[in-house]
Amino acid sequence: MIVSSSAAPTGFWAATAMIAAIVLCSTAGEVLTAAAMKSIGDLDDIRAHSGMKGAIRAVLTCPLFFAGVSFLALAFFSLLFALNHLNLSLVAPASASLTLVTNAIAGKIFLKENVDRRRWASAVLVCIGVYLLAH
Amino acid sequence: MAHHKLLPRQYLILGLVALSAPLGDACLSRGMTHLPDITLAHPGTLIAAVFTPWIALGIALLIGFFACYLTALSWADLTFVLPATAFGYVIVALLSRFWLHDTISPERWAGIVLITLGVGFVANGPSSTERPALPAVSEEVEEEQLR
Repeated sequence: MIVSSSAAPTGFWAATAMIAAIVLCSTAGEVLTAAAMKSIGDLDDIRAHSGMKGAIRAVLTCPLFFAGVSFLALAFFSLLFALNHLNLSLVAPASASLTLVTNAIAGKIFLKENVDRRRWASAVLVCIGVYLLAH
Repeated sequence: MAHHKLLPRQYLILGLVALSAPLGDACLSRGMTHLPDITLAHPGTLIAAVFTPWIALGIALLIGFFACYLTALSWADLTFVLPATAFGYVIVALLSRFWLHDTISPERWAGIVLITLGVGFVANGPSSTERPALPAVSEEVEEEQLR
């Protein structure tokens, strides 16, 4: 059920496209940020070795981190755009829960993470749970 | 270096990630609802809003969240960190039930049970994917061990 906050109701495909834009940008952002942090190494070790300044410098000098943050910013603006046309009670749970599943797929393909049966089950359970809780 | 068993300090970081994001959002929401309507004609009011106590606290919590989240991603997989952080929704729902005495609908209780089950599943497994160490890195480690 899609109820628009503006005068003209938003169609099914327009709503799907808006939510897909949030999910795709946010997945790209999370995967790039995770890849950046993996390439930097354990931040606790870096902080123990070269202090807080060294840890901040390690993060801020990583180009992948900025690529990730740019996509997360795009996801945020797509969310604002969607909220202008759709209700929060649809956009927030749909985007938050779908992102969990797309991240599991992207984590397996791009980050080569070992997404075993346990992690798939967890992603699906948390996805349905977040939808029910936030709806 | 792949840690399969998390240290207490690392559980603390995951707990902070789970708690600080929903609490930060709640502070922003509380701060913004107590302000008069902000229009594009007076964008300065938005800047002034940043310095009100609830919004400043919300922003501080969200900065803390991002720092802890990045730290967690540096030693654990994305597919481990994300479901674990969703537990924050459960903590906030339970706080609102027992502290603020809000009512929780059966659908929300079902959501709480599913997230708890999902987090339990992932928390029992390894936190990061084991990867073969790069030759250069392993040499450095050996050198350090010899010293």
